[in-house]
Amino acid sequence: MNGKAIFETDETDFSIFIKSAYEALHIDYSKFFKMDNLSKLAFMIADVLLKEDTEKDVALVLSNKASSLDTDRKHQQSISDSTNFYPSPSVFVYTLPNICLGEISIKHGLHSENAFLVFDKFNPSFMKDYTNSLLKEGNAKKVLCGWVNFDNGKYDAFLYVVANKGTFAHTTEELTRLYQTI
Amino acid sequence: MDKVYLSHNNIVSAYGFQSSSAIDAIAKEATGLHLTEDTSVLPQPFFSSRIRQENLEQKYSELNPKEKHTRLEKMLLVSLANIITKSNLELTSRVGLLISTTKGNIDVLETNNPFSEDRAYLSVLGEMIRTFFSFKNEAIVLSNACVSGVLALAVAKRYINQGRFDHVFVVGGDLVTQFILSGFNAFQALSEEPCRPYCKTRSGINIGEVAASVLVTKDDDKLVGESVAVLGEASCNDANHISGPSRTGEGLFRSIERAMSHAKLNPASIDYISAHGTATMFNDEMEAIAFNRSGLQETPLNSLKGYFGHTLGASGLLETIIGMHSLNRNILFASKGFKELGVSQPLNIIERTTNKEIKTFLKTASGFGGCNTAAIFQKVTV
Repeated sequence: MNGKAIFETDETDFSIFIKSAYEALHIDYSKFFKMDNLSKLAFMIADVLLKEDTEKDVALVLSNKASSLDTDRKHQQSISDSTNFYPSPSVFVYTLPNICLGEISIKHGLHSENAFLVFDKFNPSFMKDYTNSLLKEGNAKKVLCGWVNFDNGKYDAFLYVVANKGTFAHTTEELTRLYQTI
Repeated sequence: MDKVYLSHNNIVSAYGFQSSSAIDAIAKEATGLHLTEDTSVLPQPFFSSRIRQENLEQKYSELNPKEKHTRLEKMLLVSLANIITKSNLELTSRVGLLISTTKGNIDVLETNNPFSEDRAYLSVLGEMIRTFFSFKNEAIVLSNACVSGVLALAVAKRYINQGRFDHVFVVGGDLVTQFILSGFNAFQALSEEPCRPYCKTRSGINIGEVAASVLVTKDDDKLVGESVAVLGEASCNDANHISGPSRTGEGLFRSIERAMSHAKLNPASIDYISAHGTATMFNDEMEAIAFNRSGLQETPLNSLKGYFGHTLGASGLLETIIGMHSLNRNILFASKGFKELGVSQPLNIIERTTNKEIKTFLKTASGFGGCNTAAIFQKVTV
């Protein structure tokens, strides 16, 4: 966080990694265990960034490449064999990438703007323009932005809060630099 | 801030390949929903509105494609080609492409689908559309559940206001697939008959498919007769539940209030509401509560789901385009399927298609993840 590690592990298996992080970061939230992988990843980082923040007008603008494909594949598997047909509402609901925005909104009580965008790779320029428009037009006081991708067991996430005052300049160059340092 | 307008528009649907094909049929209260037997999608027959494959192939071949495209890509290309041609705009770096979809080419995950799984990535879908027309900018794909279509218009407007683009082509579409039907069926949300939004006898949703597109522009010399200005828009999350709507209509209520405040309008200036109205028990009830909290219970309102079913990521865009034509023709379209009010709060449901001078309308949508969007549009005289 802001260049400092708050949790470190050599574990790459997502379920073990995220459970260790959950414990190490003292997140006590039973709904967490019902979430899909994408939501767990987004939720965990958002929690670190938002838990000390009293501002509730925080828009959520996240992006990725794989949308909800990790869960889509699970739902597809449950319906691909008519003799072994087991679609489940609790899986199906996560076949939308914006569900992770809902999970973050519920935890932090945010009745704010949401948008989930999909790009081939992190697109700081498009993200910056949309975020600036939300702040400028009074649609939010702060914006939680970033990239959160989960695909075939591989994952990466880079989330940041944009406000009128802050530590880093909100420019395409700086976002590119910060994204590349993680 | 300069005004942003919606202009050239197209609807590819069960009714045909132009916006007017759909509008003319709706004006006659003719539904696009039909009992469909397709066991590759659902074991039992279901009500749906689908685009006729042979007609789609015909329209698609007229575009002289050099590559193979999926069914959804064909729908999006045919719809978008129509408005790009009509607008006669050069696709410079000042022109954006925004795609609204919930599931994109999700059917490529099916075992027998001839396309590679790569096509399921929404960015790959975006790139297929971008390269076909040679847009200069990467496609922005918005995937925000059932509010995607109307939120896409808000996003396009915001990019224009931010100075990023002068024009944005917005196209939306989703397919009727086994993926979607099996999921909604698992939720026991599918109706066995044509859906009846807000009705006492409503029994759930139908899923339909369309591709819809519209040019969002800041230039008032690029307008058409049915053009509208985007006066205000807002999205607010319920912060309540990921699959159930808020019992107080919180997010929708807040979205409407914020959109009205941006538009500097009060409830009395809204002539018509194009609501979401999926015909599930909880959604329609939630909307009734939100509209009453906003003082809109007497404003004429319809849901267009009785004509198309729920067209997912395209629905908000489709229904906004129909709202544009509704304003232009000064007709309030009947809320198909409605008989008797079945929500706990009063609503002024449009029971018969009627002529009325209307200038301003509110479009709303709500979806999984607790998302809600409201947008207000006003007629411009060209």
